[in-house]
Amino acid sequence: MKLLKSFIIIFFLFSLNFSYAEKKNLQNQITKNLRCLICQGQSVYDSDSEFANSIKLLVQQKINDGQNENQIYNYLKDKYGEWILYDPSFRKSTYFLWLLPILIFIVGGAIILKMFILKKK
Amino acid sequence: MKNKILPIFLTFFFLIVFIVFYKGLQNSNIYIPKNNIEENIPSFTAQLFESSKKIKSEKIFKDDEIYLMNIWSSWCIPCRAEHSILKELSNNKKLKIIGLNYKDNNENAKKFLKDLGNPYETIISDKNGTLAIEWGAYGVPETFLIKNKKIIKKIVGPIDNNSAIEIKKIIQ
Repeated sequence: MKLLKSFIIIFFLFSLNFSYAEKKNLQNQITKNLRCLICQGQSVYDSDSEFANSIKLLVQQKINDGQNENQIYNYLKDKYGEWILYDPSFRKSTYFLWLLPILIFIVGGAIILKMFILKKK
Repeated sequence: MKNKILPIFLTFFFLIVFIVFYKGLQNSNIYIPKNNIEENIPSFTAQLFESSKKIKSEKIFKDDEIYLMNIWSSWCIPCRAEHSILKELSNNKKLKIIGLNYKDNNENAKKFLKDLGNPYETIISDKNGTLAIEWGAYGVPETFLIKNKKIIKKIVGPIDNNSAIEIKKIIQ
């Protein structure tokens, strides 16, 4: 009986730990996608500035409040502008950014196809 | 014909790459926040600096009044520099100065106010920095000019004489 009790207690503690880890993971995932505006070139996750530490805390609070990833991104975008996000959304001013690699890939593919495959025939 | 396409294509390609990078050289990669935005002030509940009472933002900021919201801290050196300008601005009866004490130790903050004077009408306390994020602030010092519950001017960094003159012009 004692064994069972201690087993239940251990199980309970482990499950608590696990849910904490899950929240921590989500917080890390979000803060890795945020740019620290004070120490540019670093993510909020990497930075230890006052600003970044406050953002980390805020993200943690919002997760505890039950907000999802996108809600948190939108909140911060609203406060600081899109620059705070590492992943720019697909808009008129970013068409070039998103489509250029695909375009280069297609054109490059066409050149290779023309030069090597069609030549052999 | 076949031999000509590739050199022309390559020339164009490198020309475009060159133009893009050349243009990029001239852009500043330092993010400068928009500082003339008409934005509603956030709604929040904060702890008062002098007591442990909580206060709602609606009780601090009222319609038809002009406020200067200043984020400060006793550990912040530029805050000391701008403090004399804030003191001078506090003489203006049309302007109410609200302080937001950012990540500070109460004892140090009180000493700071004792040494340099207190220009603030109300001081709210932000122990963990999340309230400053609510305002979209970057750090200390930072100042917001508020009219009719809207942010009409944002000064990142210490207030200098030029911005003080500008503020005076706006509130006249």
